[in-house]
Amino acid sequence: MAATSPNLDIEKLASLARIDLAPDEKEKFAAQLGDVLKYVDQLKRVDITGIEPTAHGFPISNVWAEDNVTPGFTADEALRNAPAQRDNMISVPKVVE
Amino acid sequence: MPINLPLTQVSSQLDSRAISAVELLQACIDRTKAVDSRVGAFNSFDEAAALAQARASDERRAAGKTLGPLDGIPVGLKDIISVKDQPLTASSKMLANYISPYDATVTRKLREAGAVFWGRLNLDEFAMGSSTENSAMGPTNNPYDLARVAGGSSGGSAAAIAAGEVTAALGTDTGGSIRQPASFCNLVGLKPTYGLVSRYGVSAYASSLDQVGPIARTVEDAAIMLSAIAGHDPLDSTSILAEIPDYRAALHQKKGPWRLGVPKEYFGDGLDPEVAAAVQAAINFYKNQGCEIREVSLPHTEYGIAVYYIVATAECSSNMARFDGIRYGHRSTAATDAVDIYSKTRAEGFGEEVKRRIILGTYVLSSGYYDAYYLRAQKVRTLIRQDFIDAYKQVDAIIAPTSPTPAFLKGSHKTPLEAYLGDIYTIGVNMAGLPGLSMPCGFTQTGLPIGVQLIGQPFKEAELLSIAHAYDSAHDWAKRQPNL
Repeated sequence: MAATSPNLDIEKLASLARIDLAPDEKEKFAAQLGDVLKYVDQLKRVDITGIEPTAHGFPISNVWAEDNVTPGFTADEALRNAPAQRDNMISVPKVVE
Repeated sequence: MPINLPLTQVSSQLDSRAISAVELLQACIDRTKAVDSRVGAFNSFDEAAALAQARASDERRAAGKTLGPLDGIPVGLKDIISVKDQPLTASSKMLANYISPYDATVTRKLREAGAVFWGRLNLDEFAMGSSTENSAMGPTNNPYDLARVAGGSSGGSAAAIAAGEVTAALGTDTGGSIRQPASFCNLVGLKPTYGLVSRYGVSAYASSLDQVGPIARTVEDAAIMLSAIAGHDPLDSTSILAEIPDYRAALHQKKGPWRLGVPKEYFGDGLDPEVAAAVQAAINFYKNQGCEIREVSLPHTEYGIAVYYIVATAECSSNMARFDGIRYGHRSTAATDAVDIYSKTRAEGFGEEVKRRIILGTYVLSSGYYDAYYLRAQKVRTLIRQDFIDAYKQVDAIIAPTSPTPAFLKGSHKTPLEAYLGDIYTIGVNMAGLPGLSMPCGFTQTGLPIGVQLIGQPFKEAELLSIAHAYDSAHDWAKRQPNL
């Protein structure tokens, strides 16, 4: 059965995730995610003392590229998918009063 | 009909001029128009662009400048792989009107090999799902039984081949999304080692797990596709500098016998008896070929799904942050200020499963829960990876089922958790960054395809493909076509 985790504050999570959830979505997700969190609780059984975390399937880090100039997009190409644009710029609502 | 043949045979027909690239493409176009309203594998296609590529291929062949076995072959791409000037929807309302400004590296490589792009293929939205039911474009149906799923998330890629609409396809695999749909549709699907294939130009879901790979009718077909797309790419910092062999030529170099491990944890409760029997028959084939079959243990298998749905959703919540309605994609017209644009755009643009995964990922990364969930999951991931490393001290590869069941009925998963549990046999491979391959190994009594999975060692795709080819070339499951 759906068990809402006491720690799962769906309002706060929706706000952090910047998704305006509908009231029915909030109720449904809270129950479903409560189920999932209950399921993942089994990880508490695993002894992880002294175990390093794995962040990637194959550990490589700090890949450097030469700082060369290469051809890029024209303004038209870069702005082609912008939902609103003007004078080679993406237009957005006013951020600062 | 060339549309039902493996890539190798279609390629021979092109070489012998039994058929032209334009005729071959036209057969795929006709087939797509005849069956896709029932299959739902295609999100869109561009007939004129594909015909231009096919004509160019025929001109190369006439001039004696053929580019190789893929020249003129119709290849479908999962609709999260960029093709310059073509749509990329990720099966999401968020990208309904998006046009790719550049080619993904795998697209460029296939183009350079002469492939003809036929179709943008359906998927679970942003590759999040295992059934292609989570698509804003509607579900993809299994060509072997239209009431059932084609698998996912690369369900469109698999169904399009099985239905004879394309000869081969590319998918992506984060937790089984190439192998499971291949197994549901009587096809070969290969998830390469993490880092072997560039992901530049492929929409990201969970970046420490995602990998691009081929789906095709035979192991030899998959080897040809892999040779075309593998290799280092300076545009993907996770791609590895490694020598790429000719995987097709390597198929015939070593004939075994190999040491194959059977993980006991992959044959427990929940495994369908018909799947178990078909996989056991494949294991027996290898045994009869002189391979050494050993039981191995991957003791942390049971934690795979829990780790996956923490790690993958955490990475998902971070990757999906780019869809904010500002630079590209959907923008809500109901928003009144800058923050409101984000929240309303994402509410309108994302489907249910994507929202759910973003919320879960936000939770496991949030202050106070990071250590308890995300960090702990990453540590258990280390143990899952170590299980495989230990097993490979005894065996060359691992053989197991791909999915616990054959293709299930659409709508049969009542909760998200129930759907997640089906990924149990494929997820470990992504956790450990290993290459994994699914190939056909039989049918259920009701005619549903069954797949067997081979899991190899990092960057030993040549060996993995050789092992698979030994079985695949001795069986003709691929010849069994769906009745559409």
